[in-house]
Parts: sequence; structure tokens; C-alpha cells
Amino acid sequence: MNPQAEAGAIKDAKERYRAGVLKYRQMGYWDADYQPADTDVVCLFRITPQDGVDPIEAAAAVAGESSTATWTVVWTDRLTACDRYRAKAYHVEPVPGRPGQFFAWVAYDLVLFEEGSIANMTASLIGNVFSFKPLAACRLEDIRIPVAYVKTFKGPPTGLIVERERLDKFGRPLLGATTKPKLGLSGRNYGRVIYEGLKGGLDFMKDDENINSQPFMHWRDRFLYVMDGVNKAAAATGEVKGSYLNVTGATMEDIYERAEFAKELGSVIVMIDLIVGWSAIQSLSNWARRNDMILHMHRAGHGTYTRQRNHGVSFRVIAKWLRLAGVDHLHAGTAVGKLEGDPMTVQGYYNVCRDAYTKRDLPRGLFFDQDWADLKKVMPVASGGIHAGQMHQLVELFGDDVVLQFGGGTIGHPAGIQAGAVANRVALEAMIKARNEGRDLQHEGPALLQQAARFCTPLKQALDTWKDVTFDYTSTDTSDYAVTPAVA
Amino acid sequence: MMTNPTGRITQGQFSFLPDLSDEEIRLQIDYGLSRGYAWSVEYTDDPHPRNTYWEMYGMPMFDLRDAAGVMNELRACRHTFPRHYIRLQAFDATSGIESIAMSFIVNRPAHEPGFMLERSEDVGRTLRYRVRGYAANRPEGERYAP
Repeated sequence: MNPQAEAGAIKDAKERYRAGVLKYRQMGYWDADYQPADTDVVCLFRITPQDGVDPIEAAAAVAGESSTATWTVVWTDRLTACDRYRAKAYHVEPVPGRPGQFFAWVAYDLVLFEEGSIANMTASLIGNVFSFKPLAACRLEDIRIPVAYVKTFKGPPTGLIVERERLDKFGRPLLGATTKPKLGLSGRNYGRVIYEGLKGGLDFMKDDENINSQPFMHWRDRFLYVMDGVNKAAAATGEVKGSYLNVTGATMEDIYERAEFAKELGSVIVMIDLIVGWSAIQSLSNWARRNDMILHMHRAGHGTYTRQRNHGVSFRVIAKWLRLAGVDHLHAGTAVGKLEGDPMTVQGYYNVCRDAYTKRDLPRGLFFDQDWADLKKVMPVASGGIHAGQMHQLVELFGDDVVLQFGGGTIGHPAGIQAGAVANRVALEAMIKARNEGRDLQHEGPALLQQAARFCTPLKQALDTWKDVTFDYTSTDTSDYAVTPAVA
Repeated sequence: MMTNPTGRITQGQFSFLPDLSDEEIRLQIDYGLSRGYAWSVEYTDDPHPRNTYWEMYGMPMFDLRDAAGVMNELRACRHTFPRHYIRLQAFDATSGIESIAMSFIVNRPAHEPGFMLERSEDVGRTLRYRVRGYAANRPEGERYAP
């Protein structure tokens, strides 16, 4: 019996609705016996109550503030079937190894949500509660979205299976590169980088998140030169090629105008930045579905709220929302590159993107089973400080369904951009071939790369240039879990 | 001769590597079979990047579990179409995938002339592009000279 249970909801209505202030758990936002329904949204919050605040009361407050509660009793609750509208915190436990932090499970009835709207879901779940004074910090760690709710979202406009069919590329990761320098190139110079990278063997080139329409390069100029590079490279290689044209703009009208022009020029893919917001993302997703366009999502800005494990929203939750909102590509980390990401945690994000059914997997930070109800799959993108010498690790970590993006690792090659692209493509094909032949990439990878470099000078140059480059820092966001001994 | 770094069409999983020997092809077939894929052999003399439907050399071999059988089909196809592009494709019928899982070229014409990029000017500075194979002007079956 939970010792706090007697301090639970007040059952007597007259007592319950007497004007004044009650504890959240007295108001009905805590129910230790609650069994979440299959149709409930279930959230796992990591809360850090202020000194002296009881964790159960803090959990009840999270449930209250993310559903119907306000700071005082209101009689107008009695005009509603109010118990149904109250989220219910039903379980609290200390975070292993993190004194003062608690995991709190909160369930929300389906009635609380508008169908097909991430804006609505987020306005509830992360609307006010993260600023709530009794909590020193709060983080949404994971979420279980019921199938009934999943089915109200259209999901990725293309999905990774159809993307491969359209591009005619199977059985290996796709290769990309972000054009560098990020800023300052004219349209004409920019298109040169696109052409060289694609002709050298990459599948995609990419605009960076902050390439929009600055004084040095108007967006139309960029689109025109980029598409010349894309088409020239397709003819030079006999392969379908693409370049993510970033259509991010100040207004939805700007975004649509840019997307329409990309379509008119025959681009297979457009790109949007996460900072445009949920409604703009869902709008562009609908546009992409109408226009046979692959939609690339750059998660620009996410680190401001995903990185610190005591406060914010975990990226696994953002990834789930983005799969529902409907993007085809999503930057989900590299584990070995320059940006934050513990390998297991990053694999958890990849699972969220690609699984038909995601299984609870605590080492990977996944707290819930999630049935994706046949929603299309998102192609994860690994980008940021990776190079050909890590190819065996990348293939081992992420498998085939991923876009590996080598920006500096292509454009910074000592013999030029085409050589950089060749090095990456040869390294990739050699690793896939060896893996399929049953070789152990983890141990034999470096030797296999050297072996491939014997017939490929650009690969040898790449391996020599970047052989010592690693980004070996401690991750700030790893999973906190305790290994529970199996019940004998 | 195409001017990309490989000098040839780069479709498929392994175009940047030296041509796979028959033994190496067999290892790839084994890998696919171990994962439950069905292999098929396809050929074409129209390798345009948007030519989705190469000709099927027989049906996909759904029930064939031995690499030797696939190699027999490949040998027969190479014998009949020595100057065509031939690819091996593995199909994965797993729910939620139901698509091609592997695809690589295992036969090419000796000379690969590649593609012309035609441009026509349109409104503003827009260009319209058309990719056309240099060999595509000749009729089917006669596109790549012996």
C-alpha cells in the first residue's frame, strides 16, 4: 500500500469543491491505482521538485497543470465530467543515480486532444507545466501515443521505402553532404559544390539550416544553379540525384512560394527547419504529399531543449512528434561525430524513426512500447563531423536505412570535392559488401578500409587526412535506468 | 566514355568497387537468402536513371534457397544478353517493407557512352532538362555494339 494513498483525492464533492486551495493530489490528479487505458496518451516526466516539495504532489501538479487544473478550486469544474479531463499521475519513482530527480508517469484521456494536431498535443503536454514554480526542473522523457491517436496523423509524405523506390537506391545507406561554407557562397559558386559532390558519387547534397535568402545569395538564384548541378550530375552518372532545397522562410506564403519553385524546377526533395514550428511543418507535409516531394527536416534549434537531461523535451519525443507530423528525413545524430549523442540513446531515436513497432528498451531510453499503426517510416540522417574513416562504425551502428552526410568530410578532401565524394562512396560500398560477406566490421573495419584504399587513392587520402579525428567527449544526455534483476 | 570518376553508370550497390567476381556475387546472394529475400535477374539496354522497369529474366525466384540456382539464371541471362546491363535484385516481402532490399549491376556493355543533358530555356532564367542516353537512338537490342 502506498503510504501517500490516504492523502489522495477527496471523494466528498462538497469538501472537494469548497472555495480555496487544495493539494493537486487532493484534487484528483494523483491515482496510484490508475491503470492507463489503451487509448490514453502516457507521458514519462523527469521532475526535480523544489526543496521540500513532495514528489507525489509534484507529479500530481504536472498532471494538473498539463490538463485542467489551476491554482485554486473552481466550481465550474462541476459543469463538466471533470474526472475524465483530469490527467492522472499514477506512478513516481526516483531516477537511478540522480538524487532529487523523479520519474513521474502521467496518463491523459484521448478526449483531451484534437485529432491530427501536434500543435494541440504540445500545447497541453508542454504548455505551461515547464515553468511551474514548485518544480526546479522538468523534462518530458518519453511518450506513448495510442494507436487511435496515431491514426489521426498522416505521417511522412513519402516514407523511406517509397523514397528508395523513387530514387532507385537499395541495400545501402544513402550518402549526402552539406554544402560548405555554410554562408557566403554566391548561387553560381554554390551550384559548383553541388555538381562536384553529386558527380563524385553522393546521392544528395544539402542546404544548411541557416541558408535561406541572404544578401550574398537570393533563394531563387540558389535553386536555379543547384538544379543545374543536380541534372548535370544525373546525366554524368546515370543515377537519380537530389539536393535538399531549404524552403524555410519568414512566412507560410514565402515557404509555399519557395517549395513551388523547387517543384517547378524538378527537385525530388525540399527541406525545412524545425524552428518554423509544428503547424508550418504539418502544412508543408501536406504540400509535399500533394506534390510527390520528399520532405527533409533539419532539427535546427532542438539542442536548446533536448540536450540537458534534467529539463526540456527529449529528442526521442521530438522524433515521435515529427514522425506523426510527417517528415521523410530527420537528423537524428551520429554518435561518433561532432554533435551530442550517446550511441545507445541515438539508436533509440533511430528506432523511433524506423520501427513498425517500437519495443520498450531502457538502455536506449525507450520507456514505452509504441505501435506505429503502419505509419510510414522516417529516414534518419547522420550528419555532423563524420568522415570516411568511421564508415565501418556508422554501418554497424545504423544499418542500411540512414542518410550519412559528410560535409567537411567531402568538401575538405585534399584532392577536391569529387575525390571526397569518391572516398565516401567507395568506403561505404566496401563496408556493405564486406558486411554482407559475413565480415566483422567492428574489428576488421579499419583493415577493410585500408584494403579498399589500395585501389582508390581518394579514399587513401581521406583516411590519411582524418585518421586521428574523433570527438570523444562525455555525453550530457544518456539514459538513466537501473538493471532490474529478472524475476526467477 | 563517361566522365564521372568511375567512367561508367553508377547505379546499384557496388558500382564504385572493382567488378564482383562470380564467387563474390554468390556471397551476396547467400546474404540475401539468409535474410529470406527472393532474388531476380533483370536486364536492359536502356539504363536511363528513371527507367524503373528493366526486363525480367524470368520470375523472381521466391522459392529458391540455393545461390547456385540464382547463378545459373545469371549465367543464362549473360549468355543471351552479353552486351546488356544486368542487375540482381533481392526482394524483401516482410510486412512494412515489401520492396527491393538489394540491387547491384553484374553485367555491363564494354563501352558505356552515358547520357546527354539537353537544356531548353524557359520563362525567367528557368531551364528545362532532359536526360537522354547516347545509345538510346538505336532500336532495342542494338544499342550497344559488339
